[in-house]
Amino acid sequence: MIRFDRVFKRYSSGREALAGVSFEIAQGEMVFLTGRSGAGKSSVLRLIALLQHASRGQVQVLGRDLSKLPKGQIPAFRRQLGMVFQDHRLLLDRSVFDNVALPLVVAHTPLADLDKRVRAALDQVGLLDRIQARPLELSVGEQQRVGIARAIVGRPPLLVADEPTGNLDPQLSREIMALFGRLRDAGATVVVASHDMALVHESGLRQIQLVEGRLADTGVAP
Amino acid sequence: MSGWLARHLQALLFALGRLVRAPWATGFTVAVIALALTLPAGFALLVESASQVSDQAATAIDISVYFKLDTPLPAVQQRAVQLRTRPDVSAVQVITAEQALRQLQQDSGLAAALAALGDNPLPQVISLRPAVSASSPAAIDALRRELTAWPQVEAVQVDGDWTRRLTAILALLRRLALTVGGLLALGVIAVVGNIIRLEIHSRRAEIDITQLVGGSPAFIRRPFLYTGALYGGLGAVLAMVLLTVGSLLLATPVSQLAVSYGSRFALAAPGLREFGALLVAGVLLGLTGAWIAASRQLAALHPRFES
Repeated sequence: MIRFDRVFKRYSSGREALAGVSFEIAQGEMVFLTGRSGAGKSSVLRLIALLQHASRGQVQVLGRDLSKLPKGQIPAFRRQLGMVFQDHRLLLDRSVFDNVALPLVVAHTPLADLDKRVRAALDQVGLLDRIQARPLELSVGEQQRVGIARAIVGRPPLLVADEPTGNLDPQLSREIMALFGRLRDAGATVVVASHDMALVHESGLRQIQLVEGRLADTGVAP
Repeated sequence: MSGWLARHLQALLFALGRLVRAPWATGFTVAVIALALTLPAGFALLVESASQVSDQAATAIDISVYFKLDTPLPAVQQRAVQLRTRPDVSAVQVITAEQALRQLQQDSGLAAALAALGDNPLPQVISLRPAVSASSPAAIDALRRELTAWPQVEAVQVDGDWTRRLTAILALLRRLALTVGGLLALGVIAVVGNIIRLEIHSRRAEIDITQLVGGSPAFIRRPFLYTGALYGGLGAVLAMVLLTVGSLLLATPVSQLAVSYGSRFALAAPGLREFGALLVAGVLLGLTGAWIAASRQLAALHPRFES
């Protein structure tokens, strides 16, 4: 599903964010990507989402070598990804419904199906009763859950989450992780970048740990 | 409804919604586009009206053939018979020297002075009108040369020289209207392009997210193209209103002025044909401006992982 093979990423500033990182994540697996700030977690997520290309090495996602993916196929590739952002990235002038529906709209989902799936996704994150609210009317935790609903509404085979529980209380964090677990059980691959080591330890899931752009551990969380 | 149609309808409604939500900004932009379209369109209408008068005048050219003083009337009449058989001549009239003198005495009020002259100083004249099919400047010029070459002829005068000048002036004005229209069309493209550029900047976050969730370039570009087309179309509608009001206000005074000069000139009011042309031009110009701006701006945008 995801394969990094001796991947280097050097930015134009000269900073080397990744230095020869190699790991694999199997289909249907849920893993944590851990490391301190600046360790290279975001660079890994950017490479997976094809927001950047590796400077060297090979990145394979969903069976595609991303360095060889034609530009015209990038939107279709991204439609197979669900992305959860630490800062939510919601459209503030649209309703919760419209925000969650966006991936379905760009995928030209029929209207009747779209309505059903948006409601189902919001139900999964416990926000069905806020469907017409605007993001600024929601708490930070609720906004994060809208972002998660948007990521899962298209039932993507790969879910990439950057600090998805950073703004949530422990109880809600556990519920969100349980939701990710259910998606994993339904066949999706889930990659969660987090520095919440308590959550990582509690989950018992494999973690890919990065230290200053290098792989420190790819084993199971202790 | 097909998916394709639904997507376009959705983009159109989205673009329309954004314009409606910002009525002042939309109004000012539409007004600028309307003025840019009204000026050349009004100019073109004026030239078109004048051209019709010019075309009518072109078929009413008279040629006067003045014979030498010693030319006898039968020789002149024989030439007239000869001219009447020609297909490029539609009317021929002989004006004898006596008729011309009588006319001059009546019209000039110099009867006594003219009577004091011993001999009639006026020549025999043939007045002829070329056929409509032979009224082109080249045909008239050829006929004039032929008549001048007749041995008894002293001079040939073509009374339609002013129509040639008018035709030349109208051709110049038409070219001027095209040039001004072209420049203002570039202005419309620039105005719409700049607005779309600013709108893309103001919606950067939305574009970012749409790219991140897999929105194709066409999907992202589509609402901006509809916005440009709507600006152009609304500008054309307003331009049409301005032209109609303008022509209604000016029609009567212009006609009165023309009548005082003995002309039948009337200002043409814009019709359905003009409205169609203006609408198509407005939409195409708006679309072009939006396309240029959207293609350039969106190609330079890459989604950001962090906001």
